[in-house]
Amino acid sequence: MSNLENQSVNLIPKLELSSSPHIHSRYTTQQVMWLVNLSLVPVIISAVIFFGLYQLIVIGVSCASAIISEAIVKKIRGAEITIYDGSAFLTGLLLGLIIPPNFSLTATAIGSAFAIIIGKELFGGLGYNIFNPALIGRAFLQAAYPVAMTTWSKPNFAVDTVTSATPLAAFKFDKIVTEIKPLIIGNVGGSIGETSALAIIIGGIFLIGIKIVNWRIPLSMILSLLFFSSIFWFIDPLKYPNPLFHLFSGGFLLGAFFMATDWVTSPYTSTGMWIYGLLISLIIVVIRLFGGLPEGVMYSILIMNAFVPLINKFTHPKIFGEGK
Amino acid sequence: MRITFKGGVHPTEMKELSLEKAFEFLPIPNQIYLPLSQHAGKPARLIKKKGDTVKKGEMIAEPDGFISAPVHSPITGIINRVSSITTLNRTRTNAVIINRNDNDEEDFMVPLNTESVTRQEIIERVKLAGIVGQGGAAFPTYVKLSPPSDKKIDYVIINACECEPYLTRDFRLLLEKTVELIAGLKLILKATGVSTGIIGIEDNKPEAIKKLSSHLKEEKNIFLKVLKTKYPQGAEKMLIKAVTGREVPPGKLPFDVGCIIQNVGTAILVYYSVAKGEPQINAFLTVSGLGINNPKNLVVPIGTPLKNIIDYCGGLKETARKIIAGGPMMGYAQFDLNSPVSKATSGILVLTEKEASRTKESNCLNCGKCLSVCPLNLAPTRLYKLTRFSKFEEAIDMGIQSCMECGTCAYNCPAGIPLVQWIRFGKLKSLALLKQRTN
Repeated sequence: MSNLENQSVNLIPKLELSSSPHIHSRYTTQQVMWLVNLSLVPVIISAVIFFGLYQLIVIGVSCASAIISEAIVKKIRGAEITIYDGSAFLTGLLLGLIIPPNFSLTATAIGSAFAIIIGKELFGGLGYNIFNPALIGRAFLQAAYPVAMTTWSKPNFAVDTVTSATPLAAFKFDKIVTEIKPLIIGNVGGSIGETSALAIIIGGIFLIGIKIVNWRIPLSMILSLLFFSSIFWFIDPLKYPNPLFHLFSGGFLLGAFFMATDWVTSPYTSTGMWIYGLLISLIIVVIRLFGGLPEGVMYSILIMNAFVPLINKFTHPKIFGEGK
Repeated sequence: MRITFKGGVHPTEMKELSLEKAFEFLPIPNQIYLPLSQHAGKPARLIKKKGDTVKKGEMIAEPDGFISAPVHSPITGIINRVSSITTLNRTRTNAVIINRNDNDEEDFMVPLNTESVTRQEIIERVKLAGIVGQGGAAFPTYVKLSPPSDKKIDYVIINACECEPYLTRDFRLLLEKTVELIAGLKLILKATGVSTGIIGIEDNKPEAIKKLSSHLKEEKNIFLKVLKTKYPQGAEKMLIKAVTGREVPPGKLPFDVGCIIQNVGTAILVYYSVAKGEPQINAFLTVSGLGINNPKNLVVPIGTPLKNIIDYCGGLKETARKIIAGGPMMGYAQFDLNSPVSKATSGILVLTEKEASRTKESNCLNCGKCLSVCPLNLAPTRLYKLTRFSKFEEAIDMGIQSCMECGTCAYNCPAGIPLVQWIRFGKLKSLALLKQRTN
C-alpha cells in the first residue's frame, strides 16, 4: 500500500479524464453525410436510365467543383480542410441532380462553386449557413443561365404523349396534364434527378428508417401540398391540376426528402418542423398556380429557410414539469 | 405500449460482462481511507483521534447538522492519521486512515424487531446507521424518510431501473437479496406512513422480474411496474413520470408530487440497519468494462482504495484508457488509484479506447438530435450556444438550471460537441447571476 500523501505517484500514463458522458452513439457528422450521399444512389441510377450515362459526368463535375471550392476557401481562411466530411460532396451531388440533363459542364462547375463559396463558406462553413447551399447554387444558375436552365431533354423510354418540356411547364403553358404512372417511374422531362418519384421515395424512406431524416418534414409537406392543391382542384378541376399531379411532378419529392430536410437549414423542434413543412408547400402551391414560374419548390424552401431561426425560437417545447 | 417517459436513448447495455457474477466479498484491506464526506450536506465531525482503536461498525464521526450523516469504521483497527484525499467525485475532503489489526471484533447496534419497531425508531436507526441514497447523489436517507408534514405522500417507489449501461449491482441485489429488499421497503413504508409501495424495473431484467413477482404474490400493497429499457429511466423525475404519470416541476422534489424514491441498495441497507443493527460500512458495486481482466460484482468495505479493487479483479488490461466511478453516462473519470470507495459508489468501470472514444468535435448542424432525446424537454444545443456567447440571462429563461446532466444529449450528438460540459459551465455562471439577482 503506497502512501496517500504522494497523490501523483499513481498517475497512469494516457488515462483519459474527460467528464461524463463517457460513451457516445455511433453516428458522426461524417457518417451521416456519406449515408445521405449513399441514399441518393437510386436517384442517380434513375438519372442514368432516363437521361443517359452523360449525366454522371455532369454530376461528377458538380461534386468535384464543390469539393475543390471548399478546399480552396478553407485554405484561404487557414481553416482545417474538411472535404472528407462528405458535406461538400453532398452539396455538389444535390446540385447536380436539380439542373437540366446535359447541362453545360462549365456552368455546372460555376454553379457548384457558387453554392459552396457563397451559399456555405461565406456564412462560416458547415452548420452556419442559413440557406440550403445546393438551392443557392441552383438559384444562381437560374439567374445566370435562364435559357439553359429551362431547356429540357426528352427522356429515354418516353411515351408518345410526353414532350421534352417538364410536366409542370406543359400544364402551365399548354394545360397538358401528365399521367401519374410516368411521373412515378420517371420517364418524363425534368431535372436530372427529380423525375423518378420511385427512386426518390426509396432513398427518402431509407433516410427516415435510419433516423437521419425526421419524418415530420416530408410528411407535413406532403399533407400540406395535398390539402392546398385539393382546395383549388375542387374549385375548378379544369383550371387547376389534381393533387396527385402536384405531388409527383417537378422537384417536390426531391425537395421534401432531400432539400427541406437539410439539418442545418431546417427547424430543430418537432412543432417547428410541422410549421416549416406546411408553409413550404403552401408557397409551392401558390407559385405553381399563380406565379410566373411553373415550379416553386426551390424558392419555397429558400424562403422558409430564412424563417427557421424564428420558427425555432417560438416553438421550443415546454420544459418537463411546467405543465402541458 | 410499454410504460416509459418521452425522449431518452438506448446505449449498448454491456451488462452481460458482469450479469452472471454473484456478489463476492473483497478481502479486507490492510489500510483504508475513510472520507468524512460521503454524503450530500455537511461533512461528518470526527469523534475519535489518532491512535484510537476502532471496531468494525463503530461510529467514528457524527453528523454535523440536519443534512449530514455519521461515518462508521468498516474494519477493526487503529486510526493512523487524518489526511486530505481526492474522492471518487474528484473533490477534496479529509479522510481518516485506519490500519487494520488482526482482531475482527464487531460493534453493531442492537437489532430491532422488524414487526414491532415504531416509525420513529426506524428513522432514528437509519440516521444512526449513516445510510445514504444509493442512486448517486448520496442524500442522507433519513431526511427522505421524514417528508415535510404538509406534503401528502402517496407512493414509495423503489428505483430498480439501473438504466446506466454496464452496472449490474442492482440486478444482482434484486436476485440475491429479494427478501431483504421487500422487508426494507416495508420498513420504509412504515417509517413514512405510506400505504403503497411500487418497484419500478426495466424490462431488460426478466430474471429479476420473475423472482420479484413470485415474492410479491402475497403482498397486497406492493406492486411491480415493468418499464421500457431506456436511459435515463432511473432518473427520479423520469421514473415518477413513468410509474405515476406525474411530472415533478423544475426546482421541485419528488415530495411535491407525493412520491418518495429509494434505490434498491438503500432499501436493503435500511433492512440491515434495523434487523441486524448494521450501519452502512460496505458498498455494493459492479466492476466492469472491457479494460479490466475479471469483471465482478463486489461487496467492498467503504474506504477501500480503487487499487485494491482493480487488483482483485485481475488488474487492468493494456488497452485500459479510462477509469470511471459510477456509470458511463454520469460517472466520474479517475486519476488516482488511491481514491477510496464511498457509501454511494455504484460501480468502477475500466473502459478501453474503443468504448470511451470521443468523436472529433465539429460544428453544430442544428439537427435537433439533442432536443429529441432530452428527457426534460430542454434545447441542449441552444443552451450550449447561449453559454458559449455568455448569454446567461436567456439561458436561465430557457431552463438551464433544470438540466440534470444525464448526458443523453451529448451521447446522441453526431457533431461530438461536449454539450454537458458547456451546460455545466452555463449552470455555474447562471447560478452566480441568480444569486446576484436575489441580493
